[in-house]
Amino acid sequence: MRIFVCVKQVPDTSGKVAVNDNGTLNRASMSTIINPDDMNAVEAALHLKDETGCQVTAVTMGPPPAEEMLRELFAMGVDDGILITAREFGGSDTFATSQIIAAAISHAGLEEEDLIFCGRQAIDGDTAQVGPQIAEKLNIPQVTYAAQIDKNGRDIIVKRMLEDGYYMIEVQTPCLITCIGELNVPRYQTVVGIRHCYEKNVVIYDFEALKAEPLIEPDTIGLKGSPTNIFKSFTPPQKGKVEMLSGADKNTTNLLVEKLRNRHVI
Amino acid sequence: MSEYLLTKQQLMVKELTHKIAEEQIKPIAAEIDEKEIFPRESIDVLARAGILGCPYPEELGGSGMDFLSFVLAIEEIAKVCGSTASIVCTHAGVSMYCIELFGTKEQKERYMPLMAQGHLMGFALTEANAGSDSSGMLTTAVKDGSNYIINGAKMFISSAPANDFNIVVAVTGKNAKGRPEFTAFIIDKDTPGFSVGKPVNKLGIRGSLTAELIFEDCVVSETQVLGTIGKGMKVALASLDAGRICMGTQALGIAQGAIDETIQYVNERVQFRKRISQFQNTQFTLADLQTKVDAGRMLLWRAAKLKDMGKPFGTEAAMGKLYNSDLAMETTVKCLQFFGGYGYTKEYPIERMLRDAKITQIYEGTNEIQKMVIGRAVGLN
Repeated sequence: MRIFVCVKQVPDTSGKVAVNDNGTLNRASMSTIINPDDMNAVEAALHLKDETGCQVTAVTMGPPPAEEMLRELFAMGVDDGILITAREFGGSDTFATSQIIAAAISHAGLEEEDLIFCGRQAIDGDTAQVGPQIAEKLNIPQVTYAAQIDKNGRDIIVKRMLEDGYYMIEVQTPCLITCIGELNVPRYQTVVGIRHCYEKNVVIYDFEALKAEPLIEPDTIGLKGSPTNIFKSFTPPQKGKVEMLSGADKNTTNLLVEKLRNRHVI
Repeated sequence: MSEYLLTKQQLMVKELTHKIAEEQIKPIAAEIDEKEIFPRESIDVLARAGILGCPYPEELGGSGMDFLSFVLAIEEIAKVCGSTASIVCTHAGVSMYCIELFGTKEQKERYMPLMAQGHLMGFALTEANAGSDSSGMLTTAVKDGSNYIINGAKMFISSAPANDFNIVVAVTGKNAKGRPEFTAFIIDKDTPGFSVGKPVNKLGIRGSLTAELIFEDCVVSETQVLGTIGKGMKVALASLDAGRICMGTQALGIAQGAIDETIQYVNERVQFRKRISQFQNTQFTLADLQTKVDAGRMLLWRAAKLKDMGKPFGTEAAMGKLYNSDLAMETTVKCLQFFGGYGYTKEYPIERMLRDAKITQIYEGTNEIQKMVIGRAVGLN
């Protein structure tokens, strides 16, 4: 049994947003973090690894520096990684991205007992489309918004959270599950994990490696293969900074008065 | 950017500890100080992440990283909580080091994995009348068949109520000149005749509970002797060398933490229609302090690096401890001044940092002792 976990390096939203001339994000010039929901998917996979001893493989598509993110995940306990990186894949929207990732997982070999975990959505695009599209393209079942995952042989029972309740869904492997923050608290790395993280294997899938896959066609990948085009990206203008004072005592009142006085409001 | 002096993995250890410090240790730092609560959960988190066992071999339950990585971790902890840093320093920096250095194969295999998992071991040298001058030691261990019978008391023992084991140095005889000979023992907490006194009420590092160890006909097997019989002072002195790097780093972290808090405060606080960061006094003082803190960090990294290279590092450790502990006092006093009246209250962490800083000039050898060590090393006789 192997669990593929799809992870994405996303811009650190506490930093500035840089945009290319064609409207897409200039990811290379922005500081990055691992997409938070993906960390829940990683933890879910590592939790199953603790129980079953299965292999956990992190899969990501992005520029070559994304390898560092895979090393960070190795330090948590992920076994190996697949880095999908090629000029031909650049500028892909969710359709093209899921096409390529599905091809990569296919290429690595998805077995009967295997699982694919994704985060619900990435904080940069907020589409929540890539996970479900990967499942469609691999023609396997999917369950989204997982808040609990239990495994019993090939049967997987997932608690699927909705705004006003939840479903309990039973599904069979191979399948794809998208994970939400309520599912778990991602573990910390360990120092031993850090020490060994450069000894673990990252397989690079470039265009050459994947071009024979049926899902990879010139009109299904990259900017050309993307049915959606970004018209414009921008950082919304900053609104005024809000400072909350808490407390209902004299000190808080004095502090408020002082702040208003400093701004010459009173 | 001194980060460029580190390897990627050393940086990862620093970042990991920073994350744990921010998420787990900082939020409870004020409370464990105020209520004198031992931060058991924080120690467990640090153990699980492999930070307690950071510089020790993987086959003994450690993480197999270098001592410099451990130093980076201590600074991150001390930046937010002096108490937690102190506990980690004593256990993982002093006691584990002693077991690794002097333990028999059996002792290492029994204790090191447990210690890496967070079973704490104290280090007991100080007595009521034997502080800097250990010749006044009164605790005795008398041979009785294959056992030793220990009587006496040890003072100011860090984490005493939480320790599962203690390294205890006792008088086991006299040499030809009539001077006392010392031997170190490993004593489990449930050994009959062993008990722990009430924690003392301290100025700082109040979350690290400090208490007396009492020995009343406490019988320990001779298999619990650590190192050679009659050479207990060798164990104590070796432990102090590594301990001084750790306690120096604790001081460094407190100083850096104080500067970090102050920068945040002066960038917001407005007086005379200016942020106080805009006053030259603020800029010059903080520039001076940060320069000194960076210099202090380099002294400690040098000592740690020498240790990692297997070279002598005792003098460099003493310099690092002396400089950084004095600096922690200077920094916290000057930083608190920027907070004005607010700094004197418990609303801000700066007063706690000031209180936590003071112990670093005292323990692991007072700074006067450090100067004696350094004085001897530079050739004074």
